[in-house]
Order: sequence, then C-alpha cells, then structure tokens
Amino acid sequence: MFKGDFIQNLPKIYGTYTGGFIVFIILMALAEQAGVSAKNIGVMFVAFTVLIYALIGYLSRTIQVDAYYVAGRQVPTVFNGMATAADWMSGASFVALAGGVYFGGYTYMAFLVGWTGGYVLVATLMAPYLRKFGCYTVPDFIGTRYGGNAVRAASVFVLFIASFTYVTAQINATGTIASRALGIPFEAGVWVGLISILICSMLGGMRAVTWTQVAQYIVLIIAYLIPVFWISSNVGGGIFPHLMLGDEVARLGELEQQFGLVKNSAADMKAAGVPGGLKYISGTHSGVPEGGMAVWKYLSLAICMMVGTASLPHILMRYFTTPTVRAARKSVAWSLFFIFLLYSSAPMLATLSKLALMDPNLPTGIIGKSISEVQSIEWVQRWSEVKQVFIADFNGDGILQLNEWFMRGDVVVLATPEVAGLPFVISGLVFAGGMAAAMSTADGLVLAISNALSHDIYYKIINPKAETAKRLLVARTLLVIIGAAGAYIASFRLTSILGSVAWAFDFAMSGLFFPLVLGVWWKRATREGAIAGILAGIISGTVYLTWVFPKFSVPIWGGVNTPFLGIDHLRFGLIGAPICLVVMVVVSLMTKEPSPATQKLVDDTRIPTGKAILGKQH
Amino acid sequence: MSNKDAYWNKTKNHMIVTLVLWAFFSLVIFMFGSELNTMSFLGYPLAYYMTAQGSLLAFVIILFWTANKQEKIDEEHGFSEREDN
Repeated sequence: MFKGDFIQNLPKIYGTYTGGFIVFIILMALAEQAGVSAKNIGVMFVAFTVLIYALIGYLSRTIQVDAYYVAGRQVPTVFNGMATAADWMSGASFVALAGGVYFGGYTYMAFLVGWTGGYVLVATLMAPYLRKFGCYTVPDFIGTRYGGNAVRAASVFVLFIASFTYVTAQINATGTIASRALGIPFEAGVWVGLISILICSMLGGMRAVTWTQVAQYIVLIIAYLIPVFWISSNVGGGIFPHLMLGDEVARLGELEQQFGLVKNSAADMKAAGVPGGLKYISGTHSGVPEGGMAVWKYLSLAICMMVGTASLPHILMRYFTTPTVRAARKSVAWSLFFIFLLYSSAPMLATLSKLALMDPNLPTGIIGKSISEVQSIEWVQRWSEVKQVFIADFNGDGILQLNEWFMRGDVVVLATPEVAGLPFVISGLVFAGGMAAAMSTADGLVLAISNALSHDIYYKIINPKAETAKRLLVARTLLVIIGAAGAYIASFRLTSILGSVAWAFDFAMSGLFFPLVLGVWWKRATREGAIAGILAGIISGTVYLTWVFPKFSVPIWGGVNTPFLGIDHLRFGLIGAPICLVVMVVVSLMTKEPSPATQKLVDDTRIPTGKAILGKQH
Repeated sequence: MSNKDAYWNKTKNHMIVTLVLWAFFSLVIFMFGSELNTMSFLGYPLAYYMTAQGSLLAFVIILFWTANKQEKIDEEHGFSEREDN
C-alpha cells in the first residue's frame, strides 16, 4: 500500500478514510440511540482513531535514512499543508483557544494573529531556502552554513529547550484528554498518550508522522467544525456563524453592560475556595482596551508569537519534506489555509458559548438565575464534580452574577456541545479531535528533538562513520527516551498549558530566528557571530524569564520584579531576540568574512534550481 | 549585473513588499484598535473582526499571492523547477 503509486493515490486513500470516519460517527450516533452509554462512546471514539493512527504508523515503517528524516521528500503540497496544520494545532489550540477568547476577548486574540501571521515570515524568509539547502534538521542547516560542531551543538541546545518546553505541555494535554475520555487517572492517561505517540512515530520517523498527521488533521477539523456549525444553528446564530454573528457580538456587549464587569479580589476568591485554574469573565468580549500600554501589550504578544512561529524547528522541518522549492512555498500557504479553518472558528465558538450562558432569553442561560436552580442543571453538576466549574455567591443574594461563575477554559470546547443540547456523540467526537490535535503536535516535537540529537549530535559530531542501521537505531532509542522524559515531567504539571506553550516560542525566537534568517539573507554572517548570537540570545532570554516570572524570581532573585516595559514572562523573546541580533551582527563584523566556498553556498541556497547543498543521503 | 544578482534583487524586493503587507495586517491596524472598533464590517466591530478573522484571512491570501509572484520571478530568470508534483 505504501509503495510505488501510493503518492498518486493519496486523494483516494484519504478520501476513503474521511468517508470511513464519517460512517463511524454515524454508527456511534446510532449506538447512542440504541442506548450505549456516553462513557463507552467516548472510549470507542478515542480507541478507534488511535488504532487507525497506529496502523498508519506501522505501515509507514522504514529503514531508509531519508525516509526516516524527511519522508523521502515526496510529500505533495496540499497534504504537507494538512500535516503541518496538524503539527501546528496543538492540544492547546484545540481545547484551550476558544476558552482563551471566551475569557480574554479582544486582548487574547493577539494569539490568533500571532499564530497565523508567523507563517508569512516562514514563507518569505525561511522555508524555500531551507528546502533548497537539503538539510535533515534545522541545526543541520545552521551547522553546515556556518561550519563547525560548536555552532551545530549550540543550535541543538536551543532546539532542545524550545521543543522540550512545548512537548511536556502536549503530553500533558494528551494525558488530560485520554484520562477524561477513557475514565482513567491523569497519570495513567499521560502514559497511554505517550505510547500512542510513540507507535505513530517510532517505526517510520518523519514518513510515519507525516501520514498520521494528515489523518489526524482530518479528524480534528471535522471534530471542531461540526459542533461550531451545529451549536450556531441551535442557539440561533445562523447556519454560517463566521459571517453571521455580528448581532450576537453586539448583544454580548449589551449583556456585559447589564450584568456589569466586576473584578474579584484575590482574597475573596481564596475565601470562597475557587479551585486553581478556573477563571471568570472580567473583560469585554469585543471592546478594545484604551491606552498605549494596552496596544503595546497586544502588539508585543503578536510579535513574539509570529517570530517564534518562524523559529520553531518542528514546523520548519515539515517543509523539508516537499519535492521542490516551489512546492515548499505553496505548502506554507496551504498550511495556513488549513489552520485558518480552525482558528477563525474559535472566536465564533467562544461567542456562541458565552451567549448561551449569559443570555437570559435563551433556555441555556444561567447568569442572573438563582444559584440553586443552576446547581441542579445536569452538566453543571457533572463538571462541578471534577472541579471544572465552580459557583461562589460573593454577595450572598442567591442569584448567579457574572463574576460568581467560574470555569476552566477547556470547558468551552469540551462542554458547549452538551450545554447547547447536542447529542453525546458530538462530545465523543470532540474528545477524538482533541486527542488528534495533542498527539500530532507531540509527534512532531518528539521527532524534531530526537532527530536533532541523533543526526546532529550523534552522527555529525560523535560518530560520523556510523552505518545506516546504527543511525536509525540511535534515532529510535532517543525518540523513546525523549518521549518518556516528557511524559515524566508532564505528570508534574508545571504551568498551565498556554503558559508553557508561549515560552517555547520565546525560547525559539531568542536563539534561532536571527541565525536562520541571516544565514540566508546576510552573506557576511560568520560562524563566530552565529555562536555568540545564539548563546547571547538564549541566555539573556532565559535569565530575563527567571527575573520576571514570580515562581522563579522569588527563589533566584529574592523577590517579585515589575516587568520591564510590560515585557512579562509570555514575551521574554523580546529581550532575547534583539540581543541575539546585535551580538551576531557585531561579532560577525569583527571577525573575518566567510570563505568564498561558504559565500558560494549561500548563493546556491538562494536559487531554487540546481543541486541541493547537502546530498540526498548525508 | 549577472542574472543571479538580478534574480536576487527582485526576490529581495518582493520579500520586502510581502513583509510590508504582513506588518500592515498584523501590527499597523492594531495600533488603531479603538478607532477601528467604531466602524463595523458584517455587523462586527472592525478591530474585533480583524483580529478574529480578517487578518488571518489576509495572511492566507498574501501567502498564495506571494508564492505565485515568486514563481513568476523564477520563470523570468530561468530558475523555474520542473513541475513534478
């Protein structure tokens, strides 16, 4: 199945797969009608989809180096777009994004702009040139362009920090979803998630990850869009919410006025016993906060996420798998198109779900009703039991106010189908989608890390004479070790999912953005400049993070510090990246200009045609 | 000027145009968020619409446009790859 005309048959294969998945959803709907319990439907959804991914992973097994590292460079444009979209949209995007918009409104949506706008940088500054270069990993480009083991090792170091921060959050998300869908403890969920992730990637490396990611994209986009459209027509939002929610957004503004946006004091919340991680609405949905600082907060977050996107190795390496340079460029465009389908739906879901809870004219509305009445609603009881929602009657009047309703962000995606009265089969589908999103990103990340360690550290630095079989054995062993280490750390739950996801972007932009860009766009950039820049960027960024993030600053710096110019722990890349640039330029100009051979190499990188800089097998 | 240099100059200019468009939709318009929000589009306040959907769509369009334009530059200078996918 996976040989010869497999590539030509891709549309047919994935068409059949999509049809099969829809038939499965219908079967589950029938099973629900026939009286199968909600819990069993959730289990079947997750188990069925994970088994399919495992099967794809097994069928894609390989003993070729270029298939393992870059999927044999034969992934067609549109399919690579889907795979990248799945690689990109993490458990956080799927489960937490709509919740973020729900609570944060306009201010939060800087993430949406940041996580999409970055692809313009990927397409113009990076992807086509890295594809032409013919590297297997991102450090492979840096190591060859600048020459030498030190710069290669430094870039592997940054890749490791950025991707590992990210992967623990993903394995955490996989564990959360697996534990809820399968009804097992979180710690067990983490290990179930890890095993699923490894089955998809271990035997076939990039080739297996590519074809499972395409399958995962199809599941996650169906699972995200069906509920959005269905809920919209159920709560009167119209059949195409993206174009039709203008009135609903305006209505939310009125309701905010009516109920009042009140900030709770930390002491009150503590006294009432609000569980950690639960939030309440205190900002406007569509209003723009006034003032220069608010604008800067928005822009600085968008900048960090965009520049970070263009520096994340697990995304850049997806464009190493296309057949040509022009396919790499087009593939970036397709990636963003597929991402857009989900990202543009998240604010709509947030609007619908907020309206469903807030509007007293809707049967689902709970704000303004008596607390005893709200507490008797079935879904409120269910989610209260697992401490995902909470009611605190601060003013003691027995009526639920807007600031008295607490909820975890994830609940917006996971519970809105129930709230809006959709059958449970949709909730099962959402579990499968969340699992697909978290697994696909974790796969890409674990592979990015283990590939850099096996190719750049083991093969290029430690043992250049290693045979293919040995290289692949090392690569697979590292994959298991990295995955297990990620799962082990994930079980400690260091920070909320989004906190650490933003950190990965800041780490990557601090140490990798300028060395990659200048490697292509500035011939004068030297090895010494690159080493100094990478180290200065990552070290200054990390030191600033410890200084600004209270959990680190108290033990290390002996107190809580006010962020410099509003640059808080989500934005520390704004310290690291400029320092990296300045140091890299100054040191490059102080050292001897690169050799004619290196300059020729840069010239060749800039032209789409001709042989790749690095051979097909290297 | 050699063909390669001419090609690279055009590519560079094209890169700058693309990044100007990118900066407009990602940064410039959000400097004027409160002003934009007094206008409306499809019934949404404009700044809200742009951050929820409009800029995202603009990026998708920019990416397809920029890839096509770059392919034309490749062709003009004889650096076009054979169609093989």
